[in-house]
Amino acid sequence: MATHDRNEVARHVAAMSATSQPVLSARRRLLMGAGVAAASGALLHPKLALAKGSENLPPNVPDWTRSLGTGVNEKPYGVPSSFEKNVVRRNVEWLTATEQSSVNFTPLPELDGIITPSGLCFERHHAGVPEIDPAQHRLVIHGMVARPLIFTMDDLVRFPSTSRILFLECPANGGMEWKGAQMDGCQFTHGMVHCCEWTGVALSTLLAEAGVLPEAKWMLAEGADGAAMTRSIPLAKALDDCIVCYAQNGERIRPEQGYPVRLMVPGWEGNVNVKWLRRLKLGDRPWHHREETSKYTDLMPDGKARQFTFTMDANSVVTAPCPEKPLKFGKGFYEIRGLAWSGHGRIKRVDVSVDGGNNWQTAVLQEPVLSKALTRFRLPWTWDGAPTLVQSRAIDETGYVQPTIEQLRAARGVNSIYHKNAQQTWRVNPDGTVNNVQIL
Amino acid sequence: MFLALLSALLLGGSAHAQSAAPYGIGRPATAEQIKGWDIDIRGDDGRGLPPGKGTVKQGEELYLSQCASCHGEFGEGNGRWPELMGGKGTLTSDDPRKTVGSYWPYAPTLFDYIRRTMPFTAPQSLSDDEVYAITAYILNLNDLLPADATLDAAGLVAIRLPNRDGFIEGDPRPDTASPAAPCMTNCRKAPPKVTSDLAERLGVTPSRKPKD
Repeated sequence: MATHDRNEVARHVAAMSATSQPVLSARRRLLMGAGVAAASGALLHPKLALAKGSENLPPNVPDWTRSLGTGVNEKPYGVPSSFEKNVVRRNVEWLTATEQSSVNFTPLPELDGIITPSGLCFERHHAGVPEIDPAQHRLVIHGMVARPLIFTMDDLVRFPSTSRILFLECPANGGMEWKGAQMDGCQFTHGMVHCCEWTGVALSTLLAEAGVLPEAKWMLAEGADGAAMTRSIPLAKALDDCIVCYAQNGERIRPEQGYPVRLMVPGWEGNVNVKWLRRLKLGDRPWHHREETSKYTDLMPDGKARQFTFTMDANSVVTAPCPEKPLKFGKGFYEIRGLAWSGHGRIKRVDVSVDGGNNWQTAVLQEPVLSKALTRFRLPWTWDGAPTLVQSRAIDETGYVQPTIEQLRAARGVNSIYHKNAQQTWRVNPDGTVNNVQIL
Repeated sequence: MFLALLSALLLGGSAHAQSAAPYGIGRPATAEQIKGWDIDIRGDDGRGLPPGKGTVKQGEELYLSQCASCHGEFGEGNGRWPELMGGKGTLTSDDPRKTVGSYWPYAPTLFDYIRRTMPFTAPQSLSDDEVYAITAYILNLNDLLPADATLDAAGLVAIRLPNRDGFIEGDPRPDTASPAAPCMTNCRKAPPKVTSDLAERLGVTPSRKPKD
């Protein structure tokens, strides 16, 4: 099946890379034929003589230029063009037992810039998406506080607000790739990340309202979904830069991202960014709940597991070329495009290699380069048509250099599932198709 | 001036526990409101465990009707649904099996998790006694509780799971080298060799499902 599809792509690539002259000539012949037919009195509309799919091409005047479009309120909430149906989240059915406790993936190769449209942000739920009535939703803060408080959504919106563009990445992003290249698509190898503008009230503001007692050291965050998902977060982080958010990319948070309110924990693993947030409890120790013991712990080769490995280390991936974005024009110019991010701050530099890591060139970073946000990088490149191994290597403002998969395996073995941030290798084949490989 | 200084001293003495709420937004959460939602149990000392008890025998009956369809009659798991027993000695193997018996560090966490999110389609529908009973049965499946046992809060806290000391708290990263000036030219000692092209053979892409 893979071979079949690859041949299909190869044929497509061959067709696209062939000189366009014969196509134009064919069209010209058709048009000339039509002209002759018209002149001879056979009233054949020129468009009828054209192959389907080319009837709106010059010199014809397109249908949409010769008709009236739809009115302003045809779609009170706009949706993408019907020609963009391919740009959707996707899941891998065999990864999980049920779609209610599962994950799907952001279509990274289809996106430009650094903002992920809200409807394309990957989803990870533990008990499905709850449908929460904001009028009946409450956030409770209690435990080691001077004043246990309960907030309505109106209360939360009334507080001084703050906005920040942040990436959010599931620590299992790329987790299928520890033992070898398994997913032949960038959407699946790296799609458990998104980046949005988040707006809400600083968590430190809410905690000051409740009055944190001196003995408090940790905070439990709990969701209102059927999993009542909980994670323990050190109080220092809670007071540092966390945001209790009600808006995403300018509108209220999408249900699958935590409507009506979620916690954003900048740069930390996705799971602690508790969605559908209903309760914050302060205490003096972590709770050691299921999602921070049985799950989201990193098993090392000696059988011990790292716990509370919160920060997402620097990561990057080339989104073009990649398996979904073959080099379909044959040899010649392409812009290598990709994304980099770090939970430790700003991306300082991204290097790109087209020879399997022997030589590197520094890519251009697109502004804005924001702390704990996706950063877009680009490198102009001319493909010579030969098999090519494309990689990217991110360096963040702490000086951390994104490791190779061999370096990561040497440090952690292959069973830790989480926090796989190795350099990705795409192999470009002579026919322009691209595969996910690992190299030594 | 004096008042400002005094309040500054008070604030400094207890940075976050001001004597009054800065904005006065929100309402006091009543004890009754908190009681309905305050379901968390701390794993390491069982703090928050409610009164009540249940037997392994009761747990087996509940488990067979409420849990076995996903987790298997003996906790062996069903398809990709989680297994709950076994796996001892596998954590250093090629195929680690992380179960209550092999991986979980704290027994009270089991009560917390079952109560907050199980059964999968009807979470928070079990009574505390029922949760104790199911917890007891799962511990029994892992040879951590006798078949005739009754479990309550004190009993649950007293159970020491085999992997209790299996976790390293604190983050040892970064654990890979970050050279100050990463190599830019002629970095490889040998030409790159593809070691894994499994992805191409599996062929999982946005337009393709994995091959069997």
